Amino acid sequence: MIKQNVIEATQLTKKFGNFTAVNAITFKVAKGEIFGFLGANGAGKTTAMKMLIGISNPTSGQANVAGFDVYKNAEDIKKNIGYMSQKFALYDDLTVKENITFFGGIYGLKRAVIKEKATVLIDELGLHDVANDLVGSLPLGWKQKLAFSVALLHNPKIIFLDEPTGGVDPITRRQFWELIYKTADNGTTVFVTTHYMDEAEYCDRVSIMVDGKIEALDTPKKLKEQFKVNSMNDVFLKLARG
Amino acid sequence: MKRFIGFIKKEFYHIFRDRRSLFILFGMPIAQIMLFGFAITNEINNVDIAILDHSKDATTQEIINKIAASKYFSISEIIEREADIEKAFQKGKIKAVLNFEHDFSKKLIRNNKATIQIVTDATDPNTANTISNYTNAILQKYLQTINKDIKIAYQIQPETRMVYNAELKSVFMFVPGVMTVILMLVSAMMTSISITREKELGTMEILLVSPIKPFQVIVGKVFPYIFLSIINAVVIVLLSIFVFKMPIRGSLFLLGLESVLFIINALSLGILISTISKTQQTAMMISLMGLMLPVILLSGFIFPIASMPLPLQIISNIIPAKWFIIILKAIMLKGVGISFIWKETLILVGMTLFFMGLSIKKYKIRLE
Amino acid sequence: MSITVSHISKSYGKVTALKDISFDVKKGELFGLIGPDGAGKTTLFRILTTLLFADEGTATVAGYDLVNDYKKIRSHVGYMPGRFSLYQDLTVEENLNFFATIFGTTIEENYDLIKEIYVQIEPFKTRRAGKLSGGMKQKLALSCALIHKPKVLFLDEPTTGVDPVSRKEFWEMLKRLQQKGITILVSTPYMDEAALCDRIALIQDGKILEIDTPEAIVKHYPKKIYDVRSDHMYKLILDLNAFQHKHSVYPFGEFVHYTDTREAFNTAELENYLKEKGHQNIIIKPTKTTIEDTFMELAK
Repeated sequence: MIKQNVIEATQLTKKFGNFTAVNAITFKVAKGEIFGFLGANGAGKTTAMKMLIGISNPTSGQANVAGFDVYKNAEDIKKNIGYMSQKFALYDDLTVKENITFFGGIYGLKRAVIKEKATVLIDELGLHDVANDLVGSLPLGWKQKLAFSVALLHNPKIIFLDEPTGGVDPITRRQFWELIYKTADNGTTVFVTTHYMDEAEYCDRVSIMVDGKIEALDTPKKLKEQFKVNSMNDVFLKLARG
Repeated sequence: MKRFIGFIKKEFYHIFRDRRSLFILFGMPIAQIMLFGFAITNEINNVDIAILDHSKDATTQEIINKIAASKYFSISEIIEREADIEKAFQKGKIKAVLNFEHDFSKKLIRNNKATIQIVTDATDPNTANTISNYTNAILQKYLQTINKDIKIAYQIQPETRMVYNAELKSVFMFVPGVMTVILMLVSAMMTSISITREKELGTMEILLVSPIKPFQVIVGKVFPYIFLSIINAVVIVLLSIFVFKMPIRGSLFLLGLESVLFIINALSLGILISTISKTQQTAMMISLMGLMLPVILLSGFIFPIASMPLPLQIISNIIPAKWFIIILKAIMLKGVGISFIWKETLILVGMTLFFMGLSIKKYKIRLE
Repeated sequence: MSITVSHISKSYGKVTALKDISFDVKKGELFGLIGPDGAGKTTLFRILTTLLFADEGTATVAGYDLVNDYKKIRSHVGYMPGRFSLYQDLTVEENLNFFATIFGTTIEENYDLIKEIYVQIEPFKTRRAGKLSGGMKQKLALSCALIHKPKVLFLDEPTTGVDPVSRKEFWEMLKRLQQKGITILVSTPYMDEAALCDRIALIQDGKILEIDTPEAIVKHYPKKIYDVRSDHMYKLILDLNAFQHKHSVYPFGEFVHYTDTREAFNTAELENYLKEKGHQNIIIKPTKTTIEDTFMELAK
């Protein structure tokens, strides 16, 4: 079986003046893969992701995301990806339904489609009783699951998650990962940026960025074997300490 | 005491490292004074007025000639009866009527006193104000010339409640207002923002969980701004004196004391605002909407209080700026001493104590 | 006892933030409050640092009563709030000096205590705090919280948002501080940090689930846990959940943590079941219980 790649980056580089934030990174992500993009704060994760989602132009190198070139077709990339961050995901002062309608509208879905999807979504997440409640009043775990589903409303090819489960209680976190597995199972690629190493353990493959370069890229299992340690946390510690 | 000094030192670091705010802090007074002084001029040219001269004697004729000769007015109508005043206004051309009483010369010589009624079209209160000011000025000048040789000074009493502005310059009218606005802005807004910033950053939590007393925190926050506000006040006064050649007639010492009083008043308002707002943004909105607008609109700075509807006139009494503007105008333009403004001063002192008491009562030693 | 908490409750309107919380922390102990966001950790810290009143219950910190002696508590505790709460526009040295002054001391006086931490950031002492990296900010904040030699140190989620290297260093620093006799109450949402504490309290939805040493808490776990894995993760979770004898199924990194309802559980039986369902490369092996497993079992 030949795996189709949805992200291909070659020698992707971003410089700010003399400072090289992202230094010639090369990697591929396959369709339906859960890809962990790890690194400490300031390692260049965010800068690299901004280039991939088409909101920042690379200094040099090539990248193709969801079948589109990051230089020429940035707008098409945006239509074919979803994005969810822990810091901002939904409007707290809108109700569950209003949030769904609003985000559906942003992605240009038709009214009827949004309505249909909203019903399915509320059903699946069991949010019937709170559909007309403000999102701000929901427990954190519910909010995150809702935010994730909303980011998937327009059937994106890739969904980018920024530290999706930091600080969530362990049970909700598992439920969230089950959602991620399900999404990947349906063929959507999941791209997780995080500096929480325990989130990394769940990914199919992970890359670890240190000072703008990808220093390791493999499955968590192989990385742990390679560094002869028991957790991704220790892999990271060994890498970062050189 | 060491704690307190340490705290103040920190506040000055904050202020001097925030270049943008610092620029606004000191650039604003200069810009505002210049703006009001040069750009927004209330000067008038060749305004049409009418004359109703009941005496028709030598003195009134002389005054009328003086007015006609000035570039500010042109006499476009002579009215014979009181009843025609309204008609003259209704035609729309005329902005003011000068009404000389009967036996003007005689009264002036016999009683040393004669009256001119200045009737102005108050639909445009600013122009009306200016017209009466200018007329006053011309009358003053005339009096000075005729009083030169006489021991007992003649007085021509214009029937107007308008303030002095003898040099015919509108910037003089604005200096007290601008000074009030700036002191209010710097003192109240800056302190309320600087206190709420600590809440927003979370440093307030650490300060609360430390032996430093709430009182020291407040005074420490306020102190640098008293200092900055005084500098601002001095800058404004210097600008008025040296750029606009505005004479300060009253005592500079009294002016300084009254300014410090008003600054403290504004600072207590700032603290009060900070106790009810959680973010810098809220503090700024409350300062702008709740303080700046009333100061600009209701204090008599731009619109004369006398021409406001009664409810607003009553409301204007609770605005500290109103009293401070009265005090400033009295000291700067009229040159009077404390005996003339003790009432206004007392009102300001009372307000200050009230705001201070309230904000100390409202200041929390714990989080909400 | 350095901290005694008895029957503390606190509500914000209808929301109950803390419900009947009781525990003691011994002098010189490193006590961890482990729980997710919204569990009530910050509220408890604010009550214990006299920033908030409890609705019910009493507590003492460093021997002082929370309500009557709040001023004494304020001069004897060090507090590091959850957010980075230093002055961003002040330099490293100015921040430290400022906090030393308001606590009525000097950097020199208590330099011994902060030395180990401070030497790491001293090369940057003229840099503005806002320009420091996450790990360095943390060290500065800790130095500031220690500058007056507190008897009790409150650290509210000190390692949230910090990279693994800085986290490790931070815990090493806490261990050393503990040896100097300072009582430390630390909160964290990371279950893996629990093992680094002397004793921990697991907390969720304002209630304490259990208090004990990390080892004892893990021992209390009633079941044997198995790591299960196959080539198809999502299907594996669905199939395991459908297995008639399952007690719990939780994804756990590259494995799924599975527990069975029966005492005598035969892994071959489960393997056959999974094979029947079409799974390949099946691994089933016993594994160590973690704090996180215990937490989920208690919170279930």
